[in-house]
Amino acid sequence: MERYIRKTTPNVPNARGYYGEFGGRFVPETIMPALDELTAAYDEALQDPAFHAELAHLQATYVGRPTPLTYAKRLTELLGGARIYLKREDLAHTGAHKINNALGQALLAKRMGKRRVIAETGAGQHGVASATAAALLGLDCHVYMGSVDMARQKPNVFRMRLMGAEVLPVESGSKTLKDAINEAMRDWVTNVRTTFYLLGSALGPHPYPMMVRDFQSVIGMEARQQILAATGQLPDVCVACVGGGSNAIGLFHAFRDDESVELVGVEAGGYGINTDKHAARFANPDVSRVGILHGTRSFVMQDEDGQVRETHSISAGLDYPSVGPEHAYLRSLERAHYTFATDEETMRAFQTLSQYEGIIPALESAHAIAEVIKRAPTMPKDSVLLVNLSGRGDKDLDTVIGLLGSA
Amino acid sequence: MSETRTTHGLAAIEAMFATAKAQGRAAFLPYYPIGYPDYETSLAAIEAMAQVGADGFEIGVPFSDPIADGAVIQSATYHALQQGVTVRRCLEAVRTLRARGVTQPMLMMSYANPLLAYGAARFVADAAQVGVDGLIVPDLPPEEAHYFAESCRAAGLALVFFLAPTSNAERMDLVASNATGFIYVVSLTGITGARAELPSDLMEFIARIRQRVQTPLVLGFGISTPDHARQMNGLVEGFIVGSALVRAGAQGVDAVRALAQSLRAALA
Repeated sequence: MERYIRKTTPNVPNARGYYGEFGGRFVPETIMPALDELTAAYDEALQDPAFHAELAHLQATYVGRPTPLTYAKRLTELLGGARIYLKREDLAHTGAHKINNALGQALLAKRMGKRRVIAETGAGQHGVASATAAALLGLDCHVYMGSVDMARQKPNVFRMRLMGAEVLPVESGSKTLKDAINEAMRDWVTNVRTTFYLLGSALGPHPYPMMVRDFQSVIGMEARQQILAATGQLPDVCVACVGGGSNAIGLFHAFRDDESVELVGVEAGGYGINTDKHAARFANPDVSRVGILHGTRSFVMQDEDGQVRETHSISAGLDYPSVGPEHAYLRSLERAHYTFATDEETMRAFQTLSQYEGIIPALESAHAIAEVIKRAPTMPKDSVLLVNLSGRGDKDLDTVIGLLGSA
Repeated sequence: MSETRTTHGLAAIEAMFATAKAQGRAAFLPYYPIGYPDYETSLAAIEAMAQVGADGFEIGVPFSDPIADGAVIQSATYHALQQGVTVRRCLEAVRTLRARGVTQPMLMMSYANPLLAYGAARFVADAAQVGVDGLIVPDLPPEEAHYFAESCRAAGLALVFFLAPTSNAERMDLVASNATGFIYVVSLTGITGARAELPSDLMEFIARIRQRVQTPLVLGFGISTPDHARQMNGLVEGFIVGSALVRAGAQGVDAVRALAQSLRAALA
């Protein structure tokens, strides 16, 4: 039962929600009591076997967990190095890992007696997962989405509306994920008494980064067992893409204490990290420093005056100027390393995985595949590389057709 | 208006409340952002309000992601950023206003990130040097106050915290034990912006705070008309009007002066 939420560890965060010097709670007073209430409700739920049982039941019978681990035989042969295994979060219901967290938080909302949930979404996968969980549990769901993202992720807008969610276009700022979070926080400040904010990534004020990590840690717990069963060994390297960082932290968490396992996060390199069109928060100290955005202290892409920069990525889900505080912490400890893949490398990876494995990855996940393509050939043939295939690419076909020309 | 400032920082803020109290009224603290509709007009608007009896000012420092602000202030501060307003330029604005004879207390209002990017200690020192009297940072609850608390104490500046209708007794005590100068009381559960009516449970909310808190209370969010201002008199030590004045700012300095004058006159 416990296997769906890992709530252990390694001394982080502390009681104030800090991971080393990262994290915390930088929000208006109006929602501070709600964060206390949420923390208490979450702690209480974790003590309740019925909460675990309900989540476990839904994960097994509704989401389709455990998701498989696939040996990527032809990709492995093509690259001629490490054996490559894919953790298939693309096969979870709704087509991405986001459902793990959305279901967990929606169950918590219901338990707290909040009938209205709000969510932000970038690529639309968290919005779809929230709309799905809300439909399943009979909650009223409102999703904030930047109008730029709505244009590039039309099928997901339609899915959310089909499931009864209200999708609210955000026209402020860069009209992407960052602005959708601003608007969701303003809604929460206004309706905090009746509303549960179903935050989609491992960011925001405490307890969100911890709670989202815990609900996503099922990815790594399953993958760890599966890879041991398949290969008889731990992976040499785990790779995942990092926007806010929920799929990556979900994978990394189970391997954190396995010191031999190298953890690699892949950020969005956009047009390249020396241009002003990327979202690689860890890559270039000229444009990204420790700061505060959306209630948490972490790396933030900002100008010298502390104004948050507009970011760019081919994938809406990675197009975000900050990153979850636990990633900043793991990086500071040198426990995890972070690199990036450009839009161009990502597009090549997207096609390679489609052609060699018959799996069309989400553009977000294709960033992780791009790193695999660079790294696998440098690794010995008996080594094992585990990559989180966090979502499926159907939602991205419009974008890809636009770039490649019609098939 | 006296020609030179005799007190600074916390002492200036205390003197402001004492003067208003002696006149049997609440203090009127307009909010106005630097750079809206342009830099020079924003300074002129603040000067004009100083001349028609504003007791103090909340000087807005624009930030790209103002999560506590409603549409009017969001769009005004976005506009200010587009014109190149920076934290440094806002500090220069205060220096200029002091040089032009504005003597009322001025508190800088911004979000945590631009102030930390400038450097918390350096910001507080530079702010005190140009004539700022306190800081208001809406995304900095007392739990995270340590970034600024020591510098503000050393410089004698007020560090203002908030209470909201959702704040429980425990949080009231926490805020009261950290706040200096005054407590910013958010009148309603929501973001900044003019509202037609004040919340119906406002009296009860203020009474709940008074039971536990001795610090002066300044009410803000949703206050926009002379009628609202009249209702503030006797209820709280001061009140802030923001969005309504910013909206007037779109029409120019005269519109700001006229609204400020009518708000101040309502206190009589």
